[in-house]
Amino acid sequence: MSCKELTMAQAVNVALTESMEMDESVICYGLGVDDPLRIFGTTANLSENFPQRVFDMPTCENAMTGVGIGAALNGLKPVMVHQRLDFFLLAMDQLVNAAAKWHYMFNGQSNVPIVIRLMIGRGWGQGPTHSQNLHAWFAHIPGLKVVMPTNPNDAYHMLKQAIQDPNPVIFIEHRWLHGQVGLIEKGSHSSIGKAKLLKKGDDITIIAMSYLTVEAIRASEALSKNSVNVELIDLMTVKPIDWETIYESVEKTGRLLVLDTGAETGSVAGEIVAKVSEKCFAHLKAAPSRLAMPDIPEPTSYGLTKQFYFGAKEIAEKVHGMLLENVDSSLYRELDTEGHHDIPGSHFKGPF
Amino acid sequence: MTQLLNNEAHQLKVLKTLYLIRDLEEEIAKRYPEGKMRCPTHLSIGQEGVPSALAPLLFSYDLAVSTHRAHAHYLAKGGCPKAMIAEIYGKATGCSGGRGGSMHLIDESVGFKGSTAIVGNTIPIGVGLALSQQIKSEQGISVVFVGDGALEEGVFYESANFAALKKLPVLFVCENNLYSVYSPLKNRQPEGRKLYKMVEAIGIKSTHADGNNVVECYEILQEKINLIRAGSGPQFIEFDTYRWREHCGPNYDNDLGYRTAQEFDNWKVREPIARYENWLLENTLFTQNHFSQIRGQVTGLVQESFEFAESSPFPDVSTVNDYIYR
Repeated sequence: MSCKELTMAQAVNVALTESMEMDESVICYGLGVDDPLRIFGTTANLSENFPQRVFDMPTCENAMTGVGIGAALNGLKPVMVHQRLDFFLLAMDQLVNAAAKWHYMFNGQSNVPIVIRLMIGRGWGQGPTHSQNLHAWFAHIPGLKVVMPTNPNDAYHMLKQAIQDPNPVIFIEHRWLHGQVGLIEKGSHSSIGKAKLLKKGDDITIIAMSYLTVEAIRASEALSKNSVNVELIDLMTVKPIDWETIYESVEKTGRLLVLDTGAETGSVAGEIVAKVSEKCFAHLKAAPSRLAMPDIPEPTSYGLTKQFYFGAKEIAEKVHGMLLENVDSSLYRELDTEGHHDIPGSHFKGPF
Repeated sequence: MTQLLNNEAHQLKVLKTLYLIRDLEEEIAKRYPEGKMRCPTHLSIGQEGVPSALAPLLFSYDLAVSTHRAHAHYLAKGGCPKAMIAEIYGKATGCSGGRGGSMHLIDESVGFKGSTAIVGNTIPIGVGLALSQQIKSEQGISVVFVGDGALEEGVFYESANFAALKKLPVLFVCENNLYSVYSPLKNRQPEGRKLYKMVEAIGIKSTHADGNNVVECYEILQEKINLIRAGSGPQFIEFDTYRWREHCGPNYDNDLGYRTAQEFDNWKVREPIARYENWLLENTLFTQNHFSQIRGQVTGLVQESFEFAESSPFPDVSTVNDYIYR
């Protein structure tokens, strides 16, 4: 599977298939893994190729998380799948009190190599309980790893690593990224715990995550036309965070904007701003800043969601304001999304 | 189908386990006020019957998980008593290196995979162990210890349903001691409900026994375990029993008034150890002399366990960051 263009959903599927071929201890289950739609195609052909190790499950997220933990404690490597992150909230006891704690509270004698794939919805009226970005919750729990790759290549490599990781890994897939196309390259360096420098620049560091990386790339391109050179970092892992890469960049640029797909209060962006303020204060030329979601649930109505999400235009204007003060409202008009706001724009398909 | 307790080695194993659980726990109760065991501690005194009856029926390749009240289960599965007491003392030599305390016990060498503190938390984990045994075609079974309170958790229904669906090799051992902390069963379950009947309706073969009658416990456990080993799927057994002391801690708490003295006395006369000794005297070659001799050995082990715990070091504070990730 070298140098082939795949969608992110296909990349996930290939990573699962290769992992199950390579390692007989890998099992995969979740509501709908063998249904006609195969979790947006991500579990295609798995139940045919590995009938003993791939199974649909009863609608009981909490127990099935515990079942995965138990199976992991006896040598299996479960991959559990949820079509929306929000349903996984039923399983917080198993995740927080068992999976995250087991290795520590039993003094390293056993460990829980489980991967939980969670999909984040957005738009088309997904509304309050189908679109939550709760990576900060998971990042708050010692013992968990939390990854949210942006492109097919990173998703492929990081999922394969997550499955072989001896710790519980929350693997977050943004639904708007599943259709994005990109090259899968063997020998790629994307790995859990490492952020990726996407674009070098001297004026400001932007840390993006998941779908917002797509928006940040567009914003950076537009900003460069106005002589603002952004250094863009895709965080990729929100726990543990690659602080070295962040500090190194901020010490060079002296400015920081963090983009977060989750609500602002208690956000990963807030944590990054805090840590950078503590560790890089002497290098800062301006107050570090962030763009995150408002502290309200996502409404459902087409009318109410028009201003709900920010994108490339808001990012560009924010950066422009941090560096050059007044922003002419026409300056970044090209970044306005055409068509409906509640489905991905045409800029989104990749590759990038 | 009844499997008589006529194996002398098993009779002895049951007796030793009864003594060990009782005497180790009485010593904990005695020493707890010294303030050296600094963690919430839930004693099983009065409830020794079921785990002791189970002790000779499990092999180290059988797996088990338990609850906040786990001492008896850990010991019955063959867990090391010294490591358990050291764990309650928070010592480096404890079975969890002092990171877990009384409620988080483990002994991987004997298949005791862990106990945790949140009611119902290990139920699906035990079912997952059984799933892995099925997928890997391993010979063992998994035992899930639960109390009556855990059956009220949604996760019990979810786990039982999955165990039934996949015909997993899992034994649910339910010790019904009538109380969830201070809340009696009548506040928690509709009048007239039998817990094991409710479980049966989920699709798990279920039965009921007197948890303080060790011989009855043994016979029913052996029958059901044999069925699970033969591949007939999960089993659930509800055992009636009673904890003598407070929910958490070393004291008696009948003065609080949540249960009556009469109820307590009725259970105390049905206590498992004396009943089992009487049965041995009537039905086997065991004598009072044997009892004294065996109890003496247990007393030695109990003292040794506490000396081990007392003389062991605390874990080095520099290790506090270890084992967050593997």
